[in-house]
Amino acid sequence: MCGDTTRYAVTAAVIVALLACPAAAQETESPGSLFNTDRVNALLLMLAFCGAVLYFIRSSQRGKEMYIRPLPGLEAVEDGVGRATEMGRTVLFIPGTGDIDQAETFAGLAVLGKIAKITARYDTPLMVPCLYPMPLAAASEVVREAYTDAGKPDAFKPDMVRYMAGESFGFSAAVNGWMMREKPATNIFLGQFHAESLLMAETGNAAGAIQIAGTAQPEQLPFFIAACDYTLIGEELYAASAYLSKEPKYLGAVKAQDIFKITLTVLILAGALFTTFDAGWAETFRSWFEVH
Amino acid sequence: MDPVTTLTALFTLAIYSFLYRDNPVYRFAEHVFAGLSAGYYSGLIFQSVLVQQLWQPLIGGKLWLIVPGILGVLTFARLSTKWSWLSRVALAFVIGANAGILLMQQLHGLVLPQVAETMINMGTIKGLLVVVGVISTLMYFYFSKPHKGALGVIANVGMWFIMISFGAHFGYTVMARVSLLIGRVQFLVIDWLHLVD
Repeated sequence: MCGDTTRYAVTAAVIVALLACPAAAQETESPGSLFNTDRVNALLLMLAFCGAVLYFIRSSQRGKEMYIRPLPGLEAVEDGVGRATEMGRTVLFIPGTGDIDQAETFAGLAVLGKIAKITARYDTPLMVPCLYPMPLAAASEVVREAYTDAGKPDAFKPDMVRYMAGESFGFSAAVNGWMMREKPATNIFLGQFHAESLLMAETGNAAGAIQIAGTAQPEQLPFFIAACDYTLIGEELYAASAYLSKEPKYLGAVKAQDIFKITLTVLILAGALFTTFDAGWAETFRSWFEVH
Repeated sequence: MDPVTTLTALFTLAIYSFLYRDNPVYRFAEHVFAGLSAGYYSGLIFQSVLVQQLWQPLIGGKLWLIVPGILGVLTFARLSTKWSWLSRVALAFVIGANAGILLMQQLHGLVLPQVAETMINMGTIKGLLVVVGVISTLMYFYFSKPHKGALGVIANVGMWFIMISFGAHFGYTVMARVSLLIGRVQFLVIDWLHLVD
């Protein structure tokens, strides 16, 4: 036990020393060292970012008002579910065609929870097809929890969340066929999408559904803009869950991201000005952000 | 005619028949396609993950792989109503680990290099466009204030940059899709029907 404590103390001291003097550490670094000094800048940035997220979440939880600008696509979500309820048709939600290791899949699943609560409230049928097994398991848990939170655990049916194929074009063929047969009233595509985006969005359009899409894939966004009624562009997808839920943890995270963006903007502008006016320290300043 | 080529061509035409309307031929092809891909990937994952990355290293002495193996088994707990809560342990581990990995990946692989590469000379038109484009686009994605006044103007400039970028992406991707279509038509006309040498 004492040995462990000593080892941790020594490791901590080494890390602090390396942080304090990265240049000296690089000279003595061995290939198998525990601490990669090349990534000190990423570590510091990560600590600053995580610190800001925690701070703003705490502030939001203490009751500090946090504004989030309106996102038209999300204002249409409740209307879309209402439309499906009136027509007695299904809401189709696809959390992307990325696996669970993609940030967009997390964002899609977070929004799915909010939408499932609305469909539970209105007793609107919900269909969530998934491409990969892990997002299937996660989506299933998210929907189940949403129905439980809405006070309707018995309304949750396991086949609301379905595995369809394991390959993106097979998946889109299956989803397209389902859309043409079942004619969902509202289609929501939020997550990571690839080449199948237009196939599904265009079919949904032909099936007469109101469509809301969002992804951070720049190659697919133009197709969603062309074929859908509302589109969340890039980072709007990540802000969607905060906008829909207004929960302190999400609002705090969005606020921290905004502060992070402002900080990066200031740093970029400073670096660009130093370079433009050929300031002596421009290269040194820039080197802080280089990765090796 | 080669029967495999003929079968492939018929399935291609069956999928294209959806362009007219949903029909039994498309439905048949859709079910075969979805079922085949599900089966193919199940077999692929069984071989490449369960056999090659779990079972073989495990019997080779890497006993710590029992931990991910158990986590994998826990995901099947959701099939039981009584034990379904256990599947959340595996899910929580996967999502938590991926979130941590992603954060560093994004910072180290995208954010830092892009910040460094944007610190360029603004004395040229290209340099000025890059810096103004990056900053105004970042400001478009600022959510904590309404887009009014100076922020509104900058965000509007950012929107223009985003739309121009989408136009370029659209053209590029359409070209790629057209080349996929050409590939299919070549397959039908040359490989299947032999209409062109």
